[in-house]
Amino acid sequence: MGGAEGEHGVIVKSHSEAEVAARGYTFSELMVAAAAREISDGEFVFVGMRLPMLAFLVARRTHAPRAIGLFENGVIRETPSRELLYTMGDPPNLRGATQCGQMLDVMGLLQQGRVDVGFLGAAEVDRFGNLNTTWGHRNKEMQRLPGSGGACDIACLARRTVVLLSHDRGRLCDRVGHITSPGYGSGNGWRRSQGLPIASGPAAVITTLGVLRFGHDGEAFLASVHPGVSVEEVLANTGWTLRVADELIETLPPSDEELSVMRKIDPNRFWTR
Amino acid sequence: MNGDSKLLTMREAIAQHVPAGSMVLLGAQLEQMIPFAAGHELIRQGRRDLTLAGPISDILFDQLIGAGCVSRVMAAWVGNVSAGVGYCFRRAAERGIPRRIETVDYSNFTLALALHAGALGVPFLPTYATLGSDLLKKNGNLREFASPVSEERLVAVRALRPDVAILHVQRADVRGNTHLWGSLGVAVDAARAARKVIVVAEEIVEADIISSDPNRTLIPGFLVSAVVHEPWGAHPSPVQGYYGRDHAFFGQYHDQSRGIEDFEEWLTQWILHAPDRRTYVNQLGAARTGGLGVKEHAFTAPADFGY
Repeated sequence: MGGAEGEHGVIVKSHSEAEVAARGYTFSELMVAAAAREISDGEFVFVGMRLPMLAFLVARRTHAPRAIGLFENGVIRETPSRELLYTMGDPPNLRGATQCGQMLDVMGLLQQGRVDVGFLGAAEVDRFGNLNTTWGHRNKEMQRLPGSGGACDIACLARRTVVLLSHDRGRLCDRVGHITSPGYGSGNGWRRSQGLPIASGPAAVITTLGVLRFGHDGEAFLASVHPGVSVEEVLANTGWTLRVADELIETLPPSDEELSVMRKIDPNRFWTR
Repeated sequence: MNGDSKLLTMREAIAQHVPAGSMVLLGAQLEQMIPFAAGHELIRQGRRDLTLAGPISDILFDQLIGAGCVSRVMAAWVGNVSAGVGYCFRRAAERGIPRRIETVDYSNFTLALALHAGALGVPFLPTYATLGSDLLKKNGNLREFASPVSEERLVAVRALRPDVAILHVQRADVRGNTHLWGSLGVAVDAARAARKVIVVAEEIVEADIISSDPNRTLIPGFLVSAVVHEPWGAHPSPVQGYYGRDHAFFGQYHDQSRGIEDFEEWLTQWILHAPDRRTYVNQLGAARTGGLGVKEHAFTAPADFGY
């Protein structure tokens, strides 16, 4: 599970009913669809909870029917659970699982390099994709956050990591004060110098405003903006001078199929309101 | 009565096996089977100066910290899985309320490896996890070293041997032979790494039920110091095959632990004024427990141990 979701993870700006009705989807639903597209068919996915869980289920029921889900409690699933999950330990997630093993079983697969993509939330992410979920600060006061959970392990060892969080200057900061989960450290070559696996590191940061990706130098750039969001708005809400891709695109809105899967899984929109 | 029986009441088990200053492992199965009843008894007995160890502890750690039982936390994550923040943990870590706590931050994998090293009887185990992180810099039980067999740097995770592991399980016999299924987390290593084990079981069954399926006997009785029969002892966390997760309870705790006075009230209502688990379950009410019960059984196919 990706650190301190809820208070410090994906908190999506509220939107008026009319706004949502006009567009046909919420920003959370857009983020879920964008996250789902980070999963390719047949991949091993360290799933996490909340929006990433929905993203995994959307991917499985659309373009990636053979994706395999791993959970830190030791559960491995090749079929979706029959009910909406609030935590990975909810009984529906264990019934019908491919395997209910131990934590070390799934962490072993992760360390072997078999896990293609892991999803993380964070209180703060910086220019080089480093995450902080240990000590934050709000109004200049140090704030103790819940900690790593498995996020540091996933950030170190998954082939790609995808981060989901709400976009504001406090959360997207130049350098995090505490590296709970390493991204590209201080830039090019840093992961290798630390001894981290060569094929690993952040692939995307999906926010409420757009999608950031990383250059060869390990620094983030704005790869796409969500429909209705301006580049200026993204830059104004980012705590460093964010580079913008030459070929900046607009994030593809969720398709009807993706939305119908999401709403079938989460009919009351518990996670995507 | 069986002469080998280790059955104790919760009050006896905690009084006899968890003295002040102990390192106690809780929450081995992550979001399932969290030994809330045992934690609540620690609070009622006013235990102090505990070190809590565990991967993801959910709100049980938060409650013990808020009640002043804790001086150190060795964990990967402390909070409320439903809602994020654990307010008591924050108050203690930020402002020393009700008392100061030391935090030793792990990741899930490194905590699991620490217990595995303890279970294997070796001083450490190697991993690539936490390289480059501030967990490695700040946690003295994680040390970087050069691999003796390859050109690599790795992290040595020091073995962890808790004084006592408290594990909530589905069923056990009176000697502590335990059947456990579903969410295992680090339970198997925790039982072997710990110097003592308290098993808290939803059901106490005859020994031949346990011995009929030795693959499911994940904790052998000879490791177990005490067996407590405590139905609903994991509420509000779920126990596969027995009851589901009481999501609303976690939300209510989140709201009521935001302020100190409200938390004290919560503590009085649910722990201090409920002398035992039976009272707590009665307080929950039949409607609530009924709603959490198994709606549709899903029994495994029997395996043939015949020859």
